[in-house]
Amino acid sequence: MSIQAGLGHYLVVSALLFCLGLLGVVARRNLLVIYMGLELMLNSANLALVAFSRFNNNLNGQVMVFFVITVAAAEVAVGLALIVALYRRRQTAHVEDLVSLKL
Amino acid sequence: MPQPTDLLFYAFAGLTLLFGFLCVANPLSRNPVTSAMFLVLTIVSMAGLFVLLNAFFLAAVQILVYAGAVMVLFLFVIMLLDLREEERRKLNRVALGLGGVAIAGLAGILVRALASATPKSASVPAVEGTTIELGRILFRSYLLPFEIVSVLLLVAMVGVILLSKKELK
Repeated sequence: MSIQAGLGHYLVVSALLFCLGLLGVVARRNLLVIYMGLELMLNSANLALVAFSRFNNNLNGQVMVFFVITVAAAEVAVGLALIVALYRRRQTAHVEDLVSLKL
Repeated sequence: MPQPTDLLFYAFAGLTLLFGFLCVANPLSRNPVTSAMFLVLTIVSMAGLFVLLNAFFLAAVQILVYAGAVMVLFLFVIMLLDLREEERRKLNRVALGLGGVAIAGLAGILVRALASATPKSASVPAVEGTTIELGRILFRSYLLPFEIVSVLLLVAMVGVILLSKKELK
């Protein structure tokens, strides 16, 4: 790879960011921090899409990112509402205390 | 000789990865508020990368929607639940080690595959993601998906109201 920032550089950053998000999901045990890891993974996919869009001279990738951001916003709203409802019943946001499906 | 934009790329990429790491695995603090603040910084530096990729509209949306709306929602829920520092519990060292090895392996495979691929030269004419261009393509070719997404937002809104009612009837 050359020193000039090309498609490959952006994709490497995106891949590493995806792995960081996955690390957050695997290693942390607070439900909200796990959710932040998910957001990080979605963002890394956005970065890859924008990089492809720029280097292939095609705007469709950016429209896709627009839709991903919208769906992520809806997903965050629903997910956080679920976490709040769960917390009201069980008084915990720690994944090791939430192992049974039954309330 | 590296161009100024290349130096900016390295700066923003380094900041994004550093803040992302501090968000998920901060060695000094287990507090969810700290993680949320570092996630805001990650998203802002990623908006810088979007500007370098000529996606100006998306950079603005990234800051407004993610760093603004979504992170405020996160902080609001953290404060609402009054989450303290994550208590230090006994870690399952085997599971953590295996998970770390699996993720490091995935990172290694991805980076090696990308490094061995023949990269496209960056000399292609730059496509500009301005509001005008993006709006034109969004309302011409993607009108139906756009409308469907608006219905999705409405469904999510109704669902959230239903979920946060005290008693479900």
